[in-house]
Amino acid sequence: MKISQIAQILEGTFVTGEELSDREVYSACGSDMMSDVLAYVKDQGVLITGLCNPQVIRTAEMMDMLCIVFVRGKTPTPEMVELAKQRNIVLITSPRRMFSACGKLYSAGLQSGAF
Amino acid sequence: MADHVHLEYVVEGDNFVSAGSATESVKACLKGMGVKPEDVRRVAISMYEGEINMVIHANGGKATADIYMDKVVITLADTGKGIADIELAMKPGYSTATDDVRSLGFGAGMGLPNMKKYADECLIESTVGVGTKVTLVTKFSA
Repeated sequence: MKISQIAQILEGTFVTGEELSDREVYSACGSDMMSDVLAYVKDQGVLITGLCNPQVIRTAEMMDMLCIVFVRGKTPTPEMVELAKQRNIVLITSPRRMFSACGKLYSAGLQSGAF
Repeated sequence: MADHVHLEYVVEGDNFVSAGSATESVKACLKGMGVKPEDVRRVAISMYEGEINMVIHANGGKATADIYMDKVVITLADTGKGIADIELAMKPGYSTATDDVRSLGFGAGMGLPNMKKYADECLIESTVGVGTKVTLVTKFSA
């Protein structure tokens, strides 16, 4: 699935990295707990989270993720946007809640990389 | 020519914006040296957890990375309050983190278990009131 489709499905807005929205991602992880992302995630392109602080960007970078979707309308700070820009990580904000965001993407064919 | 690459970082305590920057630097270096992405990620996860721990619990400290042909040795040394019961601290879910730390997405008691899970060797030496030194060895896969 292309990042642009993710934004479309989640009625999301690009905060940064729209020019990278042609990139393909194959799996996703939904979590507000960064330690769990580090513990369980395997090769996942998208992080869906309701947590909004610089460590979200750092965690995504550690896991080589391409895109972060902030649910519940969370808006990243300028500091976070800068961190994401330097790392070529796409940031999307969506009004959807976590459960429905994950459900919509899963129904559309995005998989969970690890079980 | 030196037989390995030595890197050193000062990790600032209680700075949750810069936390992780030492790990990112090591990660970039390993990547640049052509280490396999899976190996790079294993090093990054275990070092990042250790770095976060120093920021949260120990008012920062010093991190080093020694990169050899077949492995990387990370040390994270602090002069914080130390760990009284290392076995208990290793238990998944055990945490002494504050609500502030939890609100950052950490403090779930997964830091030390994650370090152990992803590093091939994980040595924790700690003296209460003196500090903690963590040594993480990750061998590169063939």
